[in-house]
Amino acid sequence: MRATQSGGQAVRERPLSPHITIYRMSRYSLLSSICNRAAGLALSLGLILLIAWLMAVASGPRSYAAGIAVLASEPLKACYALLLAAFAYHLVAGIRHLIWDSGRGLERRQSRVSAAWVAAVALLLALALILWAFLAGVGPR
Amino acid sequence: MTQRSPLGQVRGHGSAKEGVRHWWAQRLTSVALIVLGCWFVVSLLALPGLDYSIVAAWMRTPATAVALILFVAVATWHSQLGVQVVLEDYVHEAGMKTLLLALVTFAHVALAAAGVFAVLRVAFGAPA
Repeated sequence: MRATQSGGQAVRERPLSPHITIYRMSRYSLLSSICNRAAGLALSLGLILLIAWLMAVASGPRSYAAGIAVLASEPLKACYALLLAAFAYHLVAGIRHLIWDSGRGLERRQSRVSAAWVAAVALLLALALILWAFLAGVGPR
Repeated sequence: MTQRSPLGQVRGHGSAKEGVRHWWAQRLTSVALIVLGCWFVVSLLALPGLDYSIVAAWMRTPATAVALILFVAVATWHSQLGVQVVLEDYVHEAGMKTLLLALVTFAHVALAAAGVFAVLRVAFGAPA
């Protein structure tokens, strides 16, 4: 984005945030940051399901039975697995962001190492939560 | 020579020490959600089932009701702050950006109100 000012005629093309197409995606740090956003957005959508569930409980036993039949349907069960994974990632990556906010771990090498740690810990946590939810059989009986 | 007063010239152009409000709210809610989010996920998965009687009994416990209200309020707040930043980053057309920001804010406030109402209704034992 070079400024081409000739007699004040040419309009300077100002840079607009984030240059996703310009940054090198091979940088773990960038990828980990984008995944954190994606996970956050997924959890935002998950809030709709959470509130729908709470409203179903508040509507009494009969409405709840109808509501849970929808909320516990197969396609939504896949969503819960994704939401648990998103929760695990957003939690761990978010803690990394808080550590960054304290001024620590901002060197390039450190951030590459911490990105790998975040991925590993989040993966384990996600697997543990999904196994707990689906093997322990949480759900309407 | 300008006719405007020195105060009038600087008003709205400098730091009013409020520039970090959004940033700070996002950090504060994120720290709260480390606790509240983990509590919610663990308590939910630890429930023996999701039948009405089990879930309602859980939600009627005073400590659970308070924690759920806090979780709903803080999670929707944090979500609104996050989605706002995403829209500000990726939607460049001013009119569309304003429209989406307004809709997203309304949606989050509506979700928060519904969630808090639902928990209170069950906690106070209204539906039989």
